Amino acid sequence: MRVLTYAAAIREAHAQILAGDPRAFVIGQGLWSPWYAGASLENLDNEFSRDRILDSPVSENATTGLAVGAALAGMRPIVFHPRLDFMLLAADPIVNQAANWSYLFGGRINVPLVIRGVINRGGEQGAQHSQALHAMFMHVPGLKVVMPATAYDAKGLMMAAMDDPNPVLYIDDRWLYETVGAVPEAMFRVPIGEAVVRRTGWDVTLIGISWMAAECANAADVLAAEGIDAEVIDLRSLKPWDAERVIESVRKTGRAVVADPGWRTAGASAEITATISAGAFHDLKEPVERVTLPDCPAPSSRLEEARYYAGAKEICEAARKVIGCGSTQEAAA
Amino acid sequence: MVRIRRAEEAVADLLESGETRCPCHLYIGQEAIAAGVCATLERTDTVWGGHRSHGHYLAKGGSLEAMFAEILGRETGCSGGRGGSMHLFAAEQGILGTVPIVAGTVPLAVGAAMAYKMRGQPHVAIAFFGDGCVEEGHVHESMNLAALYRLPVVFVCENNLYSSHMHWSERRLADNLHRAGEFHSIPGERVDGNDVEAVFSATGAAVGRARAGKGPSFLECRTFRWRGHVGASMDLDVGVKRRGELEEWMQNDPILRLESRLRDRGILLNESPIREEIQAALEAARRTPLPPAERVFDYVFAEAACEY
Repeated sequence: MRVLTYAAAIREAHAQILAGDPRAFVIGQGLWSPWYAGASLENLDNEFSRDRILDSPVSENATTGLAVGAALAGMRPIVFHPRLDFMLLAADPIVNQAANWSYLFGGRINVPLVIRGVINRGGEQGAQHSQALHAMFMHVPGLKVVMPATAYDAKGLMMAAMDDPNPVLYIDDRWLYETVGAVPEAMFRVPIGEAVVRRTGWDVTLIGISWMAAECANAADVLAAEGIDAEVIDLRSLKPWDAERVIESVRKTGRAVVADPGWRTAGASAEITATISAGAFHDLKEPVERVTLPDCPAPSSRLEEARYYAGAKEICEAARKVIGCGSTQEAAA
Repeated sequence: MVRIRRAEEAVADLLESGETRCPCHLYIGQEAIAAGVCATLERTDTVWGGHRSHGHYLAKGGSLEAMFAEILGRETGCSGGRGGSMHLFAAEQGILGTVPIVAGTVPLAVGAAMAYKMRGQPHVAIAFFGDGCVEEGHVHESMNLAALYRLPVVFVCENNLYSSHMHWSERRLADNLHRAGEFHSIPGERVDGNDVEAVFSATGAAVGRARAGKGPSFLECRTFRWRGHVGASMDLDVGVKRRGELEEWMQNDPILRLESRLRDRGILLNESPIREEIQAALEAARRTPLPPAERVFDYVFAEAACEY
């Protein structure tokens, strides 16, 4: 199959949506400049005109509210936020308006809206250019949240989000933009709410979100060399999330590590861990381990930054801990 | 206007008797604005409102019975009993939802206008909001977007002088809301909001501009709400200070002014059909059931796109 980068897969989804649906348009900051969206929206303004690709004034709240209103009036907007940090200025139209509208009006109306926000971590950018805020939005009833980790899912989840009659927050991560994977050229959809087993194994289940799902796959390779057979689940959707598939896996392996690119307290990992603990209680051989960001804003300087972000190394350590390898070695020493 | 006034008085009775506990923000005193604005509109135009939108809903053609039912939390309410007074809906009449987050629907109105422009439709969106809303940043963001994209939207600021309990002079230095659009290149005008003909005429011009592709306008309609910010009471929540002001504004009653003009032209108002209609609508709403508790979790997510 043809191979695309993650960013090119997002771009292809946009292009096919815009070509196929005259109701679709994109509004947000940086749409005419690769500085903001990388290759993920490159040249769409020339292909589809600047009447449909609206690089907007610096007005997160009103552009998002505009998108909500346009969706209510029959359009299919995608509103783009190059950084989740800045998207917080649009919390009202996302949380109070879009997410509530169907419920408030007794199911008489729906909000077919895609809100796209980008995680833009690392790069010595500091605390307000780098935040992974998915847990805040996963908390909100009426809002779906998806976080693709592969090029295939980047395209398929965007297509599914556009088809969904509800507001969907689509969160991608700049750290994944250059990763490559097989992506069908035809339009296809990855069902929202379905996780995928990336690798089957018997010793421990590694559950990853977004960038950390990719890191779980890397960790599984390292663990395999040590004789640990890890199962890797890429969650792909956070709201709704595929608790059934996760619990089924943990009941088989008896051990789980949840790897989340966000903070620890009240994070996505807390919800997943609690659900596993209840749903696979009798099969768990050890308490569930979590690999998250510490409860600390992102630093800028590079030594602190390297210490701050967790990845495959920390996932391996957590896996060894739940399997007992770490403690065995310590006991032997 | 009289229909709105009498309907609001009926809602006040429901609040005073305790038949509903839903917070209701009454429109009494401001009727000329909703009536004057909506008289310039087509059914396919949309109006966007806030917490005090009974008047907008009725003037645009929303069903009286469905509004009473909504306020009473009935299954037959315009929002299925889900929203209450602050969440009114009548898609067929161009009301796609009202919400009480201050100025929450102002950017949404701009979005609807964007939809009309993109589809090449001649429709107009009306953003109704109060004077307090002009203090919200997203109103200015919205005005800039509307001007930049030359969208068919009219910003109707109903300046009733109070934001909740706070007089305008406690919230800003200059009495200049009609100029709020100026910085965003939006023409603005101060209108006597208690003169329905003045409102009709100013809105007609603004709607005409919008339909002609000439972009947004801003109208500051000066008025006064007779009752408190919320509930049936006249001014208990804002203290004695408002009393003198209220008496003065009651002399400037938009309905009395219209009645006197009509009388000069030999037209007399017969209120009895209105009173009968209101009584019948209220009785009909009362006869409908509350939604069953089992329904509480429905519609968090839409299963499919709605037809409206």
